[in-house]
Amino acid sequence: MAVKTVIEAIREGMDEEMARDESVFLIGEDVGNRGGVFLATDGLYKKYGALRVIDSPLAESCIVGVAIGAAVNGMRPIAEIQFADFIAPAMNQIIEEAARFCYRTAGDFNLPMVIRAPWGGGVHGALYHSQSIEATFGHIPGLKVVVPGTPADAKGLLKAAVRDPDPVLYLEHKRTYRLVKGDVPTGDHVVPIGKADVKREGKDLTLIAYGLMLTYCLEAAETLAAEGVSAEVLDLRTIKPIDQAAIVATAKKTGKVLVVHEDNRFAGIAAEVMAIIMENAFDTLDAPVMRLTGPDVPAMPFNQVLEEAFMPNVDKILAKARELAAY
Amino acid sequence: MASVKMPQLGESITEGTISKWLKQPGDQVKKYEGLVEIITDKVNAEVPAPLAGILKEIKVKEGTTVTVGTEIAVIEETVTAGATQRPAPAAPTETAAAVPQDSPSPVLGEGRGGGSDSRTRLSPAVRALIEEHRISDAELSRIEGSGIGGRVSKKDVEDFVAKRTQPATANGEQRQTVAPAAAPPAPTPGTTIPLSPMRRAIAANMLKSKQTIPHAWTVAEVDMTSVVRFRQTAKDSFKQREGIDLTFVPIIVKAVVEGLKAVPVLNASWSEQGVVLHKDINIGVAVSVDDGLIVPVVHQADRMSISGLAKAIDDLAKRARAGKLGIPDVQGGTFTVNNPGTFGTILSYSIIAPPQAGILAMDAIVKRPVVVEGDAIAVRSMMNLCLSFDHRVLDGVSAARFLQGVRRWLEGFSEQVPLY
Repeated sequence: MAVKTVIEAIREGMDEEMARDESVFLIGEDVGNRGGVFLATDGLYKKYGALRVIDSPLAESCIVGVAIGAAVNGMRPIAEIQFADFIAPAMNQIIEEAARFCYRTAGDFNLPMVIRAPWGGGVHGALYHSQSIEATFGHIPGLKVVVPGTPADAKGLLKAAVRDPDPVLYLEHKRTYRLVKGDVPTGDHVVPIGKADVKREGKDLTLIAYGLMLTYCLEAAETLAAEGVSAEVLDLRTIKPIDQAAIVATAKKTGKVLVVHEDNRFAGIAAEVMAIIMENAFDTLDAPVMRLTGPDVPAMPFNQVLEEAFMPNVDKILAKARELAAY
Repeated sequence: MASVKMPQLGESITEGTISKWLKQPGDQVKKYEGLVEIITDKVNAEVPAPLAGILKEIKVKEGTTVTVGTEIAVIEETVTAGATQRPAPAAPTETAAAVPQDSPSPVLGEGRGGGSDSRTRLSPAVRALIEEHRISDAELSRIEGSGIGGRVSKKDVEDFVAKRTQPATANGEQRQTVAPAAAPPAPTPGTTIPLSPMRRAIAANMLKSKQTIPHAWTVAEVDMTSVVRFRQTAKDSFKQREGIDLTFVPIIVKAVVEGLKAVPVLNASWSEQGVVLHKDINIGVAVSVDDGLIVPVVHQADRMSISGLAKAIDDLAKRARAGKLGIPDVQGGTFTVNNPGTFGTILSYSIIAPPQAGILAMDAIVKRPVVVEGDAIAVRSMMNLCLSFDHRVLDGVSAARFLQGVRRWLEGFSEQVPLY
């Protein structure tokens, strides 16, 4: 065990996978000599050379397209989209090609590739450096979407993503990069895709979150405990395939659930989680399932006051959780 | 001071027995809160407090039977300006001082502890707990709701159950309201079975009927082959769609409704002023229960489809056996259908339930050789319909016309008859 930041855990994960398997390589904007804008790939260019750490043109469609071609030919690419906000030009490659490849070939071909993308707000990044894309891509069959929130999960899920036979969209919340520190198990630490994790046990209500909101929910749970409310915190970790069993289990346990995400509200992940609960745990509910989300506005504002208004934070989570506890 | 009287719990009920006082003298009672449990010959009922106040005096002891209208308790009305009686605040707060004394404060907690919506609106989790721990309405009304607007939360119920089970013996007897009635002891020859209130009621009613109503009796033989065939083909899909079995009873009730529409004088009551023709057709369906017989009523049966009738009858029968019928469920019948045929009887002479004018018994459906058209002999499913009717109200011709209508409807049954 060693305490690491999220960004260190991701770098370590890639390093170990590249060392373990020669078919693993990196491709993205500035991932090479510069080590990535967040220094996620720092030092890897020196260690593995220009053939395994490839600086791409500023063309996301190309980055993903090259990765797809390589994966079909037996490689295991880790493609980086510099900011999740820039992924739109690669939509066609991801949705129409990567996600369907296995289905289209009736299972003859798999596409073992990872697309890493830093996402989320709270870093004063404004419109083009703050977006949440998990609901958009979670909607696409054939694609796996993971959203680690802690260093241990970041490393473990990265390794699982690299080894997965299908395309995995690996979303790393940029606010957590250096904010969230935690123990990372030594050795070959792999976290299975599709498994949520109870990060804190509780009995009065459940907070369901992922990414940065997980950290906020854990903080809120601490305050709630001081107020006499025992809050369970479930970290989804994977958006697709979502862990239905874990969601239903915690809903049945506490009977009161609040789902938190910073993505826009309409048709967001919270809506899906709530539907799962209604379909499977209705008889055990003690209150309407609630959600706290970002608003339905086009993007994160630059103005700090407006950014704070957009982002859920600990205070907002507390207010909503108290409402749920009192119901 | 307001007096609480033994209520009229049914049109033919003249007296009731106090089974259990849910409140004791000195207790604060809320309006509509359960005050006393009363056993009548038809149903057991919890009588709510007619007003809020303090129970001053109990006038009739448990186990005593009194006639309707007898004063059974006295409640001293609480005189408060607001609708709810909340304890007076220890010290007036700033807001309280600002609010005029006579206006009820418009706070969320208005209904806290009272019989407001938020109390009765129970979450699925709370409902499940109530079911699991067999919590009675009386007990539920004692649970202090800690949620918004006084809502009873899952935690409130869990706390209540925890408290209830700790001193198990102290509170144990309060659960008797929901515990299923103990089966009557097996009768030993040479002993006397004590009369239950239901037994007494049946006896009184039957005697009254036989003494006052000149019964006449007539039987029609019905070829049920079409109905039997139809039921055979439809019952599986019906069960799948509706979740209950398709029995012959709702089909017969439907036929009876059609017959009564054609002969309205049978859907009537005798009175000295004249024969009262009833507007609605409310069919009583006899259900045998542990210690006797009860006849819940399908109200406005003339407005229901066969599946609607099936559901209504199934629901009433289930609740009758669970002892959960309410007063309205056994009131207002205008005609009764009885089904002794399930026990294999072929001719039944039923006694009319006053003030109705008739009762129809469906006897067993049996396969018999029957001479059909063209003088051929065929195996047909035959059933006797036995009608007892009040000869003061109608004559044999009308009775026969009714049976004729029922018979024709049943024999003409085809898949064209809408089930739903």
